[in-house]
Amino acid sequence: MTEPSASMSTPSASSTVAGPAQSGAGTSRFKGAGNYLALLPFLFYVGLFLVLPTLIVTLGALSTNDGQLTMSNIAALFTTDVFLASLIKSLELAVITAVLGAVVGGLLCWAVVRGDPNGLLRQLVVAASGVLAQFGGVMLAFAFLATFGFNGLITLFLKNNLGIGMDMSWLYSLTGLAIVYTYFQIPLMLIIFLPSLDGLRQEWFDASASLGGSAWSFWRHVGGPILAPSFLGALLLLFTNAFSAYATAQALISQGCVLITQQIACQMQSEVILGQENVGKALALWMIVIVSVVMLIYAWIQRRASRWVK
Amino acid sequence: MGALSEKNALIERPRGAGKRRRAPAGQRVARLAILVLVLGYLVVPLLAMLEFSTRGDLDKATNTFPRSLQAFAAIFTYPNLVDGILASLQIAALTVFGMLLLLVPTMVWTVVRVPRMRRVIEFLCLLPLAIPAIVIVVGIAPVYQWMGQHLGSIGGSPLTLTFISIILVLPYSYRAIDASLRSIDVATLADAARSLGAGWPRTIFQVIVPNIRGGILSASVLAIALVLGEFTISNLLSFSTVQVVIYLLGKRDPYVSVAVSLVALVFAFVLLFVISRFAPGADTSTQRAAEEPA
Repeated sequence: MTEPSASMSTPSASSTVAGPAQSGAGTSRFKGAGNYLALLPFLFYVGLFLVLPTLIVTLGALSTNDGQLTMSNIAALFTTDVFLASLIKSLELAVITAVLGAVVGGLLCWAVVRGDPNGLLRQLVVAASGVLAQFGGVMLAFAFLATFGFNGLITLFLKNNLGIGMDMSWLYSLTGLAIVYTYFQIPLMLIIFLPSLDGLRQEWFDASASLGGSAWSFWRHVGGPILAPSFLGALLLLFTNAFSAYATAQALISQGCVLITQQIACQMQSEVILGQENVGKALALWMIVIVSVVMLIYAWIQRRASRWVK
Repeated sequence: MGALSEKNALIERPRGAGKRRRAPAGQRVARLAILVLVLGYLVVPLLAMLEFSTRGDLDKATNTFPRSLQAFAAIFTYPNLVDGILASLQIAALTVFGMLLLLVPTMVWTVVRVPRMRRVIEFLCLLPLAIPAIVIVVGIAPVYQWMGQHLGSIGGSPLTLTFISIILVLPYSYRAIDASLRSIDVATLADAARSLGAGWPRTIFQVIVPNIRGGILSASVLAIALVLGEFTISNLLSFSTVQVVIYLLGKRDPYVSVAVSLVALVFAFVLLFVISRFAPGADTSTQRAAEEPA
């Protein structure tokens, strides 16, 4: 599903491989099924640790505790107010932080791409973005506690130096979550979107300029439309990233089941209500459905994007 | 950025130069403003971590904190924390080993022998992106329950997290290795090695692998960083990895938690930075592989 973006920066690479690879396909036809057997360990492993869990979730969501087919677990999302509320909160949070992250991160990309592509600034920003975007939900929550928490740097600074005793309880609310989420969405946007900005060609700008176009008209008529699919695609990835996140929320708001991911965890940890054991699996199935739909749209947009940026 | 990179920008990126001619001051100010504001937003919490974790005991007279490394020293006074760090490092090592063993031969074989399966392998490797970690936990909990009951002490060891970690890192590792594989002519290399009498193991490990070192390095670094940062699955399966211990310790001794977090973030940053700077051709593959959310 990411094929197009992979070939974006190395246009010649895929064609180099395609030639010999296809001739390989020709010979393999005569060698028979033996060649496929070598893939079995991989397929078995992925089957056991990825496909099987997904099946367990799906089948569990559709069945009662004694294995009877039922729709009530699936319907629980709409019949139980707390479930629906947590889903809506998750969606809200994902949409808001995806848009914020995409816009601010997009601007940061523009600022970074203007510099030397092999420069220190860019390498520092890219490496730091990789860390902040992906490797530390819990740690980022602590970073914000150290900043805005009861004894945080900014809280104490305001209190001791400016005499402002600010109420920082917003940090533990949806607002706080949105701010911390945006903190990892911006770097993620940078990592995703930077290659697309790199793909904008000099010739396009020259062509626009030689026809009398200003910088604005270049972005309005050329750069903008070309980048639009990549931008939308990035927006969708940011959405799924925030929607799937659990660690940060759990570290900030450890009491209660606010988001859908936390709700699933709560269901899993306290499967107490008789006959409701599979409700957690149903919520998980709903998450798969939502993320899959978004990823399908993403794949479709990527195909469109790859028509332009080759 | 200094004057040097501005000069480079003029030589290497004439597009920027063209625009600078039109709106020199405005563009530069806008760029600087964005860099300062956004990077500031990203840096302040990290500085706060540094400030927070280096606090000594409050000096009542001046109402300030003297600087001290006591929180960092205290890391070693929490045996759970040390155990968690060790467990995570071991899982990371096992994950890298397992991931490479699973992925490299399969991917090479696919390219050389069954290219029509390439899309299938790619789809399976990227599939974890569409299945949130929390969902994998829900589905895999019964499997772990079974392992805990039937495999004795091995089944209950945090090292069993390796099995899921390998799945979690698949998309990132796949892309890093795939980028490397695409940059060389695998089929010809394999044919050459085979025609000189090398068996498949030798062809893969002594001929192909040295040619995709960059991708393997990126894949390994991303896997290490992902494992060290993994929380969702270990927490819900009740395994005390470093993130779970940091999380639990945060309620008792936030200073130590923040100190460990800072060390872990800096460690991951150094890993990624070294890769982007020194691994040949690894910059783009790391970037590409890191393209999608965990």
